[in-house]
Amino acid sequence: MNIWLLIVGVGLVSLCLRASFLVLLRGRQLPERVTSSLGLVPAAVLAALIAPELLYSSVTGTLDVLNPRLVIGLLAAAVAWRTRNVLWTLMVGLGLLLVAQGLGWR
Amino acid sequence: MRHPEDMTEIIPHSPQFRPAFWRGMRAFTPLVPGVVPFSMVAGIAAVQAGFTPAESIAFSLIGYAGSAQLIASQMVTSHAPTVLIVLSSLIVNLRFAMYSASLLPLFVGVPLPRRWLLAYGLTDQAYAVTMGRPVTEPSPAAYYAGAAALMWLTWQSGTAVGALVGAKIPSTWPLDFAVPLSFIALLVPVLQRRPQVFAAIVSAVVAVAAHGLPFRLNLILGAVCGVAVGQLMQRWQAKSV
Repeated sequence: MNIWLLIVGVGLVSLCLRASFLVLLRGRQLPERVTSSLGLVPAAVLAALIAPELLYSSVTGTLDVLNPRLVIGLLAAAVAWRTRNVLWTLMVGLGLLLVAQGLGWR
Repeated sequence: MRHPEDMTEIIPHSPQFRPAFWRGMRAFTPLVPGVVPFSMVAGIAAVQAGFTPAESIAFSLIGYAGSAQLIASQMVTSHAPTVLIVLSSLIVNLRFAMYSASLLPLFVGVPLPRRWLLAYGLTDQAYAVTMGRPVTEPSPAAYYAGAAALMWLTWQSGTAVGALVGAKIPSTWPLDFAVPLSFIALLVPVLQRRPQVFAAIVSAVVAVAAHGLPFRLNLILGAVCGVAVGQLMQRWQAKSV
């Protein structure tokens, strides 16, 4: 039940944001300050999503700057920078993490 | 409500619509290989968070928002309340409002019901392809519709496959790592200018420092601080020019 509430909630929020200017606020302009902050949102949100995943150990749940996910995440970022390709980034990252696990580095 | 120039440009059977629709679709094809793995990860992550495959597919059809789907799956795993998950999806999807504003001039003459459909199809990828269209494109709305249609087909097939195979993947595989990896692949290209880079750094530091907060509130706090710093930087840059 809660899952369906979640699905509909996320769906409504996403549709309203997408339709915001195209349908709902047709022709009205937002202040420049608002539109310029919207341009910063993807970078800020994505960084906040990624950083804890890399810096907190998936085993102990504590801050661990020497855990394989941080090192491999940085390597994957380098791959993303060079190739601009999601598939390569995923394959290199997951492949290296499997190798690290195989070597007992967790 | 209607503008006088309504009804002209995007009537599906008008002679200009189809060729422009195909041009948009063709322009989108190079992005397909990048979308497939991302969409599969979204399907898998939902199933591993406890969605049934049918719920996972419905989430993709109704929500149709990759980052929000991934975050929701993660937050369901950490038992966050539904309201907070919806709030997080609002924040990650704020960028759609920006795209919506920037596409508006292209949609002059498109009737309202069709605008809803075109708005539903708005994604990072379709937006990027449309903004990169040739300057000579005579029907940008139809071009956008073609790009958005191919994106939709790719995304929905990918999440469906992910949802169906996700349940069969052994839990010892570190597949959860595919989620931050997908985010890394999305983050790197947006770090073009200094305010974005600083917004990302501040947001990352705050999100890590506030990791102890419940319900992944650190995500919201980090993003707000990051945007504030990026905003200050933009203003400072504007003044010094």
